[in-house]
Amino acid sequence: MHRPGSGRRPWTFYALAAFFGLYVLFLYGPMSAIFILSFQGPTGGLTFPMNGVSLHWFGALFGQQRTGDFAGSFTRSILLAVIVLSITVAASVMAGLAFRRRFLGSTLVFYMAIFSLIIPGLLLGLGVGLMFQFLGIKPAWYSSALGAQLTWTLPFGLLIMFAVFSRFNPFYEEAARDLGAGYGQTLWNVVLPILLPGIIAVALFGFTLSYDEFPRTLIPIGSRNTLPLEIWAMTTNVTSPALYALGTLTTAVSFVVIAVALTSIALIQRRRTRRGTRTDAGD
Amino acid sequence: MTRLHHLLAAPLACLLLVFFGVPLVLVVTVSFFDFDQFDIIPTFVLTNYLELFGSSLTYSLYANTVKYAVIVWALTLVIGFTVSYFLVFHVRPFLLQLALFLVCTVPFWTSNVIRMISWIPFLGRNGIFNQSLIALGIVDQPLEFLLFSDFAVVIAYVHLFSLFMIVPIFNSMARIDPAVIEAAVDAGAGRFRVIREIVVPLSKTGIAMGSIFVVALVMGDFFVVKIMSGGQSASVVLAMSNEIAVLQYPPAAASAVVLLLVVTAMVVGILRIVDVRRELAG
Repeated sequence: MHRPGSGRRPWTFYALAAFFGLYVLFLYGPMSAIFILSFQGPTGGLTFPMNGVSLHWFGALFGQQRTGDFAGSFTRSILLAVIVLSITVAASVMAGLAFRRRFLGSTLVFYMAIFSLIIPGLLLGLGVGLMFQFLGIKPAWYSSALGAQLTWTLPFGLLIMFAVFSRFNPFYEEAARDLGAGYGQTLWNVVLPILLPGIIAVALFGFTLSYDEFPRTLIPIGSRNTLPLEIWAMTTNVTSPALYALGTLTTAVSFVVIAVALTSIALIQRRRTRRGTRTDAGD
Repeated sequence: MTRLHHLLAAPLACLLLVFFGVPLVLVVTVSFFDFDQFDIIPTFVLTNYLELFGSSLTYSLYANTVKYAVIVWALTLVIGFTVSYFLVFHVRPFLLQLALFLVCTVPFWTSNVIRMISWIPFLGRNGIFNQSLIALGIVDQPLEFLLFSDFAVVIAYVHLFSLFMIVPIFNSMARIDPAVIEAAVDAGAGRFRVIREIVVPLSKTGIAMGSIFVVALVMGDFFVVKIMSGGQSASVVLAMSNEIAVLQYPPAAASAVVLLLVVTAMVVGILRIVDVRRELAG
């Protein structure tokens, strides 16, 4: 066991560090290969070597040989992700507040969330598709697919709120109430600002999980695809580096969203540390 | 106060009820329906289940899927435990620990399909891995088993799902009071005894959560097995998706119900060993 300040590191440190390094390589190595290959020259193929460097395949995505609706599916994916994010944040934060104490049915809701998370995605999609069929409503990305995605993001939101509240110090809340603040005031001026980093984390999950979701969305999507479904269709019929170019673009969007979320969390925490008001409430 | 708590929980509960509860009931209902080429016929028949259990294909699909689940569970557990252990107990300061943890979690927020297909240029016949092996003189001819095989399927599963093991185990380990470990070391326990008698028992919530995720994800997968096995292998849900593609909803629903019972039994088994709820929600 490594003790801080004991100076020399035990041999296990180096063994574990090597294991960790290999794992990170395993995690990012193949991904970086397709990012590089997406800049293949016009005559290049799906594997190395590179036949020159070009933006040809990114152009091909928007060109005429693509039968799919790339721009439309991208727009729909972003819109859907924003809607999912908003509903997930609102519903999870409210439920997180509720779950701070047991209430009638809390166990039932908890298990429903857990099973909603682990149910095979395609199966859930089949159920939602059947529901819309029986109701006689045409499935669409903003109705049936939205609902199917919420069954994936809401449980994550709830679990994150559990983690956030387990580090939340209720003294701040009690202090606010002792000073005469009502429930709403305490919530808005004390609790929510303290929880803000955790809420941003929920938003990050809501957006990215929706933006990349496809097993649950596949059946109840209706007639207009989201981006992951376009990509899924491409994996079976496109054998050019255009597929990698699309992969690079969509991953770049994800990275931007992740960077914005993590940076804002870091900035909030830093401001708190500087002001000396660390609350141990955030992640 | 409880009325307020009900109101606060209502939106999440209602959304889950409408988009998870009702669809689930419908799948169970439709699994007893009959069907013809064009439509589903609302009667009550057991033929979907009888055909499912009467077919030897069902059992080989389950054997194959469970085989993947067990292998992937074991590999991700080793990775998840080792990576978390390293990060929590060996990396200082806290900011570096957090940064390395984020390095492990960032891929989770990107596309699974893209991460899966990124193995194709890597493992293929003329892929990076084979070319390196040939260049190093380890093999004369490219290895054929790397891509479109069980090997490729397992690699892709571990790549996609190991995060689900790391995050909960890391969370559990990070909450272990360092004083407990110091006391054990002072009392003369070696590092492996500390792991066995303190770290493992106190990380069991995380291990259980991670195991539930990984087992459920592998059991419910169809796209990894479809692409990475190159059509040479199948899983329960892949077979189901083929039935859905030809609009045979009732047999697909029956297959879904059986799969759900199997996965539920596995999860309940894990939850019986570890009470996750008590340790999560306090």
